[in-house]
Amino acid sequence: MVGKRETGQGKVEHSLPAAICAQRVSKVFGEGKNRVLALDDVSLTIEENEFFTLLGPSGCGKTTLLRLIAGFDQPTSGAIMLRGEEISHLPPNQRSVNTVFQNYALFPHMTVAKNISFGLEMLGKSPDVIKKTVGDMLALVKMEALRDRRTDQLSGGQQQRVALARALAPRPQVLLLDEPLSALDYKLRKEMQIELKQLQHETGITFIFVTHDQEEALTMSDRIAVMHVGRILQIGTPRQIYNQPSERFVADFIGKSNFLNAEVLAVEGRRARLKLSSGREVDAAIPDGMIPDGNVTVVVRPEYTQIFSKSDDAGDLQGILENIVYLGTDTHYHIRLPDETIFVTRNQNQCKVTEAFKAGQSVSIVFKPESVQMLRS
Amino acid sequence: MTNTKTASGPVRDMQRNRTRRNWLLSAPALVVLAAAASGPLLIVLVYSFLSAGEYGGVVWKFSTDAWFNVVFFRDIFDGTTTLADAHMKILWRSVRLSFMTTVITLAIGFPTAYVIATRPRATRSFWLFLITVPFWTNLLIRTFAILEVIRNEGLINIGLQRLGIIDAPIQMLYTDFAIMVGMTYVYLPLMVLPLYASMERLDFSLVEAAYDLYATRRKVLRRIIIPLVKPGIIAGSILVFIPSLGAFVTPRVLGGGKKMMLGNLIELQFGAGRNWPLGAALSVTLLALVMAALLLYVRSMQRQSGRV
Repeated sequence: MVGKRETGQGKVEHSLPAAICAQRVSKVFGEGKNRVLALDDVSLTIEENEFFTLLGPSGCGKTTLLRLIAGFDQPTSGAIMLRGEEISHLPPNQRSVNTVFQNYALFPHMTVAKNISFGLEMLGKSPDVIKKTVGDMLALVKMEALRDRRTDQLSGGQQQRVALARALAPRPQVLLLDEPLSALDYKLRKEMQIELKQLQHETGITFIFVTHDQEEALTMSDRIAVMHVGRILQIGTPRQIYNQPSERFVADFIGKSNFLNAEVLAVEGRRARLKLSSGREVDAAIPDGMIPDGNVTVVVRPEYTQIFSKSDDAGDLQGILENIVYLGTDTHYHIRLPDETIFVTRNQNQCKVTEAFKAGQSVSIVFKPESVQMLRS
Repeated sequence: MTNTKTASGPVRDMQRNRTRRNWLLSAPALVVLAAAASGPLLIVLVYSFLSAGEYGGVVWKFSTDAWFNVVFFRDIFDGTTTLADAHMKILWRSVRLSFMTTVITLAIGFPTAYVIATRPRATRSFWLFLITVPFWTNLLIRTFAILEVIRNEGLINIGLQRLGIIDAPIQMLYTDFAIMVGMTYVYLPLMVLPLYASMERLDFSLVEAAYDLYATRRKVLRRIIIPLVKPGIIAGSILVFIPSLGAFVTPRVLGGGKKMMLGNLIELQFGAGRNWPLGAALSVTLLALVMAALLLYVRSMQRQSGRV
């Protein structure tokens, strides 16, 4: 086993190979007119001891990528490395990678303990080791009391824990989790998110987590890869993904976004001077690999903006307040801009202050220049 | 059903009416079952305890001769009693050939069913359709087709001779082997269909999970697939074993009267043998064998569902 490694802010020790490295991986299903390009030239590196999330809507290729890493499918082209060794065409039983399936796939004809010991038995471990590991795993997922239960007598959350214990028992180099929380109810899902993160920390095993739930991804991940139609659009920490989305799809998929058109006035190094439609000028960072010219799209998150009565301030944007949506913790203001687009501002509610705005009135919107993020077109 | 006790008059009447109606509706089926299944069985059982008529039929005189003759043979000249070798031989052949047929159909049917169950949903019905195509032809005609293939001047022997692999034809027809080939061919669909039914319900992510947990293909088969499709294996085995045991047309055509099975022996007693009570006693013996097989089936099913 390669020792634990601290992964600082994107700092990588190059002496040790990455846990998983995908190099220009493509996957084609079917042929002729049924041909589907499920993965389109995907490359990514997942570090040792990382909680890495593949995030995207259904059909974006995230599960396909997971199945390629697990070995259930093989890439059409490209290579997948596990700790520096190519595994692209190895069968699943020859890779030190285990999977937690979306439907858990627990063996219905075996008890909880038998399910957990299955992988160890297949690896030919001695009965002593198996007994001890099964005990440890049951303790890890807090299921000691149910060790002799049949799996169809367990609740969804319990099945989830058994599936986790079963996949962790052989101590794989990488654990794959295919939307494991999607079948649980909201409260349990929240608990399991925290527990999963803790489990990853305790075991020191690299987790690759697949989900379409942006909140789940932001809560748990060290890094997130946002996928769309077979491609990876952006890889970054939850903060980077949320605050510096590089593409419109990323900004739209994660959190709420206001998109504005802007004119490029000048470019200085990696920053550009932009002019918004309202005439306001802001500085914004240029996303990697983009050469801005002419018109660009920028994104402003609703919670980074403030609404004022028009008389208070000239503001960055002006518009007519159309809708007020009260949500308890905060209030959403839907504002129609002069170009007929709707801009949403989200303000946190202060202690019992009565609503200061009325639908139909003119308002202005204010935001800090650094909250403006330029998008790759 | 606590409601019935407290139910007032009209409600109780309604329930009684419904019960009566249910009985009335199922009456035709019950009558057919009683008349067509239990009745004849009862007659056969009674006949087995009567004496044989001189030209067939029965004489209404109680006798256990038939049952005695199932197991023993009394020499008509010196009156000595020996074990009925011929009957034992035929009984043993029936059980042995039926068992082997079951094993062979299972060995062929299992991979077939697996392949069909793993095809894309749209093409599965096509493959199932192919499995059932032989049912469109009469059993006798299918059996004669087999005869045509394996007889001394048949396809196989002529083919092998033309290729120079053998000099003289191999005697396949009128052997136990011929009967087994015939029964395997005839009963294979009865094995494939229940196997397919339980494999189609099999969650193939379990197979992936086992494979993911370092199981070899052989281990996946032994530890996951076989235990989970066991009901299909048992149902298919029963469906093949029972009719094989009583098979009549296939051994008659392919065994050529020399290699008899229980079915042929029974037919002989009711026909040329003119010993109806013995035929009846042999029929009851066959029924007992079938019942024993079914009992084993039920037992193993109970163990299956009772196991934790």
